[in-house]
Amino acid sequence: MTMNIELIRLLAFLVGIIAFAALNAAYLVWVERKGAAHFQRRIGPKEVGPYGLLQPLADGVKLMTKQLLVPDGVDPLLFKVAPILLLVPAVMSFVTIPFGEHLAARNVDLGLLMIFAFASINVLGLLIGAWGSANKYAIIAAARVISQNIAYEIPMLLTAIALVMATGSMNLNEIVAQQGGGLWHWNLIRLTYAASPLTPIAFLIFFTTMLAETNRAPFDMAEAESELVAGAFTEYAGMGFGVFFMGEYANIVVGASLVTVLFLGGWQSPLPFLPGSVVWFLAKMYAIIFTVVWIRWTYPRTQFYALLNLSWKVLIPISLVNLVLTAGWLKVF
Amino acid sequence: MKPTLLSPDGLSGLIFLALVAVTVAGALVAVAAQRLVRGIAGLSLCFIGVAGLYYFLNSPFVAMMELLIYVGAVCVAIAFAIMLAEPRSEDKVGKTSGLGAVFGVIVGGLAFLGLALAGRHTHWAGAPSKLNSGSITEVGKALLTSYSLVFELISVVLLVAIIGALVLAQSGRDK
Repeated sequence: MTMNIELIRLLAFLVGIIAFAALNAAYLVWVERKGAAHFQRRIGPKEVGPYGLLQPLADGVKLMTKQLLVPDGVDPLLFKVAPILLLVPAVMSFVTIPFGEHLAARNVDLGLLMIFAFASINVLGLLIGAWGSANKYAIIAAARVISQNIAYEIPMLLTAIALVMATGSMNLNEIVAQQGGGLWHWNLIRLTYAASPLTPIAFLIFFTTMLAETNRAPFDMAEAESELVAGAFTEYAGMGFGVFFMGEYANIVVGASLVTVLFLGGWQSPLPFLPGSVVWFLAKMYAIIFTVVWIRWTYPRTQFYALLNLSWKVLIPISLVNLVLTAGWLKVF
Repeated sequence: MKPTLLSPDGLSGLIFLALVAVTVAGALVAVAAQRLVRGIAGLSLCFIGVAGLYYFLNSPFVAMMELLIYVGAVCVAIAFAIMLAEPRSEDKVGKTSGLGAVFGVIVGGLAFLGLALAGRHTHWAGAPSKLNSGSITEVGKALLTSYSLVFELISVVLLVAIIGALVLAQSGRDK
């Protein structure tokens, strides 16, 4: 009977996670549009519902009623599989993210590794979609996405390794538990005695690489609409495009959750006398997501070579030095 | 007693068979595909199946590394290399000649036979001496103590690869 209860719990979490991802995708589009509008001194969507709050529903209905067009010359199977391939790793990553103290679908010992393992798959989704659609713009976008992904995965993993050395665990729940007891215990600052003083640098590198890995501006080379029409998504219509979009936003939510868990104390409260709860987690996560939107509408897109140079010539050396110094610090203290 | 389909043993057997089927199907797609992009998709499917087998065999660390390295890095690097080398990537790969196919089948069969024989005749360590707590601490300790020679040899292979890449890049630049 216990097995059945565990199964039901997992199923409930799975349904919840998919609903959470879909709801976030829908409403992050609204946040994105409203945010963009206000950064540019416009109003943004306002016709459908109060403050345009029903706009995502209208968009969804529009996308779902459109024909799922499969153009001639594409690889029909890969063309259809690609959007799902982008969405599935994000949903898998949510399985191990601890939203609250007891609110995680599965408490995996290698949680951090699991998220990185699945995150490394989602570039294949973009690649297969772009390549399968046999479109020049899409193939250029695929080439860019791959070189960008290879370049930025290295500093991301190097900083993650440094962080794992400092925390001594890959279990996300445990990493969060270590950060209890107020703002100054968070990995972002970590004023406790045996901690590495380098985590703010790690945070900056991690945040930058997160932006690049989720293909967000100023690193949105996959969908550089001023150069490549819509990049990898050029040939997609209707809900095919919609699922791609959901995948993109789900990946942003995963990235922001990861930053929250690793550096901002997850569900721990900022002050020691307040109880930790899922509310803190969501507040921190949405603050990160809002920053991501803010950056997108503040900075112009970088040039492609500047993007690669930033990773190979700046971020990778810094994260290597960070790794070595963290190891030294941990050995000495 | 023969395990029924819905007992834990039966279900785990079913999962094992499904994973093997995914691996074999991916491998078949990878070798038989006419388009390169399908080949890469098949190869990554095969790797995902292998990762699933590792997870099934109770070593989650190896399974995750399989996903991270083989799907996330090797497949993507292969795609990258093909894109650099072959600008008209939508072209189909030419058909191989009949002789080549026969030769390939023979070599593949011999490799399979050799591995199967090696597998049959190796004295496998029993369960207690396996490094199978799956924890990274155990794996790390084992790599740096009892298996340090293997570890060092792998780094030599990587060094050779890096030097080779540098040599190739250098001669390309002089042209």
